[in-house]
Amino acid sequence: MASVPHGAPHTTPLHGDHAHDGHDDHHHVPTGLMRYVTTTNHKDIGSMYLWFSFAMFLSGGIMALLIRAELFQPGLQILEPERFNQLTTLHGIVMIFGAIMPAFVGFANWMLPLQLGAPDMAFARMNNWSFWLLPPAAILLIGSFFVPGGAAAGGWTLYPPLSIQAGMGMDMMIFAVHIMGASSIMGSINIITTILNLRTPGMTMMRMPMFAWTWLITAFLLIASMPVLAGAVTMLLTDRHFGTTFFNAAGGGDPVMFQHIFWFFGHPEVYIIALPAFGVVSQIIPAFSRKPLFGYASMVYATASIAILSFIVWAHHMYTTGLPMAGQIYFMYATMLIAVPTACKIFNWLATMWRGSITLETPMLFCLGFLFLFTLGGFTGLVLSLTPVDIQLQDTYYVVAHFHYVMVAGALFSAFAAVYYWSPKWTGWMYEEKLGKIHFWWSLIAFNITFFPQHFLGLAGMPRRIPDYNMQFAEWNMVSSIGAFLFGTAQIFFLVIVFRTIAGKSGIRAPAKPWDGAEGLEWTVPSPAPYHTFETPPAFK
Amino acid sequence: MSASPSANPGKYFVPSPSYWPIVGSAALLTLAFGAVGSMNSLSWGLPVLGVGFLILFYMLFGWFGVVIKESEGRLYGKNVDASFRWSMSWFIFSEVMFFAAFFGALGYARMHSVPDLGSIDAKLLWPDFAATWPSTGPYIKEVFSPMSAWGIPAINTALLLTSGVTLTIAHHAMLENHRSKLIFWLAATIILGVIFLTLQVYEYIHAYSELNLKLTTGIFGSTFFMLTGFHGFHVTIGAIMLTVILFRSMRGHFDDKHHFAFEAAAWYWHFVDVVWLGLFVIVYML
Repeated sequence: MASVPHGAPHTTPLHGDHAHDGHDDHHHVPTGLMRYVTTTNHKDIGSMYLWFSFAMFLSGGIMALLIRAELFQPGLQILEPERFNQLTTLHGIVMIFGAIMPAFVGFANWMLPLQLGAPDMAFARMNNWSFWLLPPAAILLIGSFFVPGGAAAGGWTLYPPLSIQAGMGMDMMIFAVHIMGASSIMGSINIITTILNLRTPGMTMMRMPMFAWTWLITAFLLIASMPVLAGAVTMLLTDRHFGTTFFNAAGGGDPVMFQHIFWFFGHPEVYIIALPAFGVVSQIIPAFSRKPLFGYASMVYATASIAILSFIVWAHHMYTTGLPMAGQIYFMYATMLIAVPTACKIFNWLATMWRGSITLETPMLFCLGFLFLFTLGGFTGLVLSLTPVDIQLQDTYYVVAHFHYVMVAGALFSAFAAVYYWSPKWTGWMYEEKLGKIHFWWSLIAFNITFFPQHFLGLAGMPRRIPDYNMQFAEWNMVSSIGAFLFGTAQIFFLVIVFRTIAGKSGIRAPAKPWDGAEGLEWTVPSPAPYHTFETPPAFK
Repeated sequence: MSASPSANPGKYFVPSPSYWPIVGSAALLTLAFGAVGSMNSLSWGLPVLGVGFLILFYMLFGWFGVVIKESEGRLYGKNVDASFRWSMSWFIFSEVMFFAAFFGALGYARMHSVPDLGSIDAKLLWPDFAATWPSTGPYIKEVFSPMSAWGIPAINTALLLTSGVTLTIAHHAMLENHRSKLIFWLAATIILGVIFLTLQVYEYIHAYSELNLKLTTGIFGSTFFMLTGFHGFHVTIGAIMLTVILFRSMRGHFDDKHHFAFEAAAWYWHFVDVVWLGLFVIVYML
């Protein structure tokens, strides 16, 4: 079986074929920068996804800090209102499409082949393209700040008529969304195919790691929802430039129709972000509780239920658009239904910890932070699902607080947990435990200083996406801004930890399995994982 | 399957490093800037758009060339074949969802936004607007005729359905290793597709010059041209795919067991066929 020597270019020259294609007939593996430009290795591509994601996280973070700096005091201090709106819009898009989604695709790239016993992703070359489509999209997004009229300023949801009246920055946004959508669809097809077709013999679907299950369902959500977003922004584009009237009532269309199509994508998108985070937590909590995951099958069914429900609740984002009463009631109850499978997951994690031999290393700390704060974000979601309450709270800071508890304390904290949990496998070194713990507590406290007061601001009636506010909101805005800058610096500290880990500053080499409660094939290969793993399928149990 | 020495059964094929993806990314970035420029009437827009298309076609030729060579080198075993089947199915599903967005827009306009604009609530704004379908909306006062279903569209339906049959005959010829029969029926399928596209172009000219039905004719024109236009674009892509398969068949590629490229193109063709049936019923007939 091992006819190709380990470490050699893992393909075979094409015999009897004299055609020259100009590129691929070089039989050496490029080095330096070109290695990363041309790579078909899932570990290289996973690393690139993670670094790109962190770069976008910092870019989106700088936008957030500019927003919080402006909101430090009432009145206009440092930003023009137009620029402020551009920053809130781009902050949302960059964090969702640039930071969080690529982070979890990075984990999927690195870990799924290792967890499933596969030699690589199913389509290694397309995998490269999925990644390398992201930098062009980032160029379009960041570059749009510098064109006449500036970046898109209608909010990340791109609602018409604002998005139709905007300047060419909106066109750049639309094409960036197209390109990122293409990247996501290719990445998802790759992940689905890898999971369905490249599992090692003996690993049945119901014996897969939970991370693989959540990604399988996430990839389905992506393939089903991304094309709908592509359709929506295409209609925006033709309304802007080619005289169609999809979103123009004078021509028989309706701006609210955009909201329906957008949120048909947008609500699954929430779970596209959340489900892989659930998968990470479902790997880490058992490892540090030294017990198998409680209720594996119910976790799978809960994940699938959440995915299905996510397609039939979209109009809970639109309670104030004049939905008919029957619609409001339906969407309210359907939305509340999501709490059932989600609570099933929360209780399963709690039951996993129950009577476990728990130790609190950094990955576990971040998972516990996730558990507390994501649950809180879920509860405010329940509050917002109530139509009469939401009509009061629509477009206030309460909504901002709600989704940052889900996105930051939910998705981002679990991404941090994943980095600490799997970085020994990537780098071959343990991170410095004390620094990791400082990062956790620093982030946890700063996060709550930033976002907890926003609940009060929202309940008191402070609207979102506006650069100025009434004097009565001054104190909590000041607190929130201080928290935001503390949170931002904590992430610079995180970058330092990552660099120190890669440089081996802890002095502790990672064994193949650094966590004694961890399970899975990824811990059967050495740390750092060799460039090529599982070229022949490994034995499973 | 004629296993050449390079094929390694049981081992999953992982391609070597490739420059084609980054060429593709450069193409899309150039296309995006070209499109932004040309849509905003900047002088450099169209030239940049053209360069983008050139890079894109260069990439498509090069990348597919590599894949075809790998396929003919029999580097793709059973397992890779299964991956291709999964991926093509999911890709077609994503295309279905793309069309769903536009069908959804049409349904929303007909069942919600247009009736709403004619309702008692909107009478103050648009007192004279009658909510009938087809509609231009209350502000656009142009008179136009919709496309009749029982002229060209009915002929086109027959053409596409027939092309599905001829393609299946070609597939059976492939399974029997009957090369000349394969080439004949494949060519027949492509010709039917090209006639379909020609008639669509004729229909568009007819719509613009005689029916006064344009892309800008309110919500009816918007949905009509975007749905049929994207469908026609997909038929074009399908016809190009089948043409590549035809040339490959003429060169002696494929055999009865190794021809997933043919099947993928055929799946795609049946997919555009089904979308057309949806269009014929929902856009033209109803």
